[in-house]
Amino acid sequence: MPSLKNVKTKIAGVKKTKQITKAMNMVASAKLRGAQLKIEHFRPYAEKFYEMLQQLVGKEGMGSAHPLLAEHATRKRCGIVLATSDRGLCGSFNVNIIAAALRVAAEKTSLGQDVVFYCVGKKGRDAVLKSDYALAEGFSALLGKLDFNLAHSLGTRLISQFLNEDLDEIVVVYSEFVSLARQVPKTLQILPMEPATGAAGKSADDEPDEYIFEPDAVSILAEVLPRFINAQVYRALLDTSASEHAARMTAMDNATRNCDDMAASLTLLFNKTRQAAITRDLMDIVGGAEALKG
Amino acid sequence: MTKPLHLEIVTPEKVVVNETVSYVAGPGILGEFGVLPGHLPLLSALVPGKVTYQVGDKRKYAFVGGGFAEVADNKISILAESAEQLEDIDVERARRAYERARKRLSAPTPDIDIVRAEAALNRAIQRLNLVAMK
Repeated sequence: MPSLKNVKTKIAGVKKTKQITKAMNMVASAKLRGAQLKIEHFRPYAEKFYEMLQQLVGKEGMGSAHPLLAEHATRKRCGIVLATSDRGLCGSFNVNIIAAALRVAAEKTSLGQDVVFYCVGKKGRDAVLKSDYALAEGFSALLGKLDFNLAHSLGTRLISQFLNEDLDEIVVVYSEFVSLARQVPKTLQILPMEPATGAAGKSADDEPDEYIFEPDAVSILAEVLPRFINAQVYRALLDTSASEHAARMTAMDNATRNCDDMAASLTLLFNKTRQAAITRDLMDIVGGAEALKG
Repeated sequence: MTKPLHLEIVTPEKVVVNETVSYVAGPGILGEFGVLPGHLPLLSALVPGKVTYQVGDKRKYAFVGGGFAEVADNKISILAESAEQLEDIDVERARRAYERARKRLSAPTPDIDIVRAEAALNRAIQRLNLVAMK
């Protein structure tokens, strides 16, 4: 039997933990709202961009008019952008993304490609450092105050690496925010861009919309493409950030519930132990009285 | 008067302008262009500068930091990496950006990206010009 005092301190401890997890849950839900708002604000921009790109790529002869659309002669070096959170305590969130990323990396390696990682978020960076893969760059403590500038600088760097042929392929591994209860790790190839994504289903319906291009279609494409890539990077980061908070909310909710269960069973144990002690004391007294009667 | 023209200015952070207008002028890469209702489809790259637009009989201004304009179907969408309406321009910030870029360009060190500093200077000047015009 554990001592009464022991059980009592344990109960107090569990209750305090519960307060913390509850607070973290609330903080996460507030942050999630912020992240969702950012996604909502970004959506019109992203959609417009996509439309514009479709207009451009859908045009004839534009499929390979830009080096960003073109496949390199060989695919030797692959860059993986891994977006994770900086902090733990969010269930299996980071583990899932990292596992997905390592799977992609293993796949690429088996195809004979060299893999380098670009990590946003401390957890992913730490995981890559522990693995055998090369880490080109690691950003941390940024996802909290995520803005377009970060995505812009990362995107710009990736693009120049691709154009210099330092990288032949770039994929982003991030967590897609499906709903509060569902976040799925996702892999998205951003470079070379598949022209099919733009051209599909766009050729038939818009013959009359012959655009006037200023200065001309090819140079506009050259301006649109890098920005589109930045926008995709930004979207991946936004989604990861929203997913992180959602995952933490769920994890903390579970933890709070577990604390409740634990406190309940500990209280039961406490009462049982107290009962046992009282019974023992009574037995002593009764036994003593019997002995005196003799 | 044909169908009204709809203007939308969006940035990654928010929708800056979403209004029905009768006229828009924007800073195209080949010079300023004007758009009236019934304009042909147009896709133009923009340089940092001012967008003028007419709402009723009021003329309004906004700053865009480069991007694209698309005109189609009496709808003009401007996609910019940064944009503000005239009254939302942060003068202090623009002034600081101006000083900073100025300093960088006057005493360049190897780790300074000249192109970027020049672009920043240009944006700051455009913002300040627009405010001064008010």
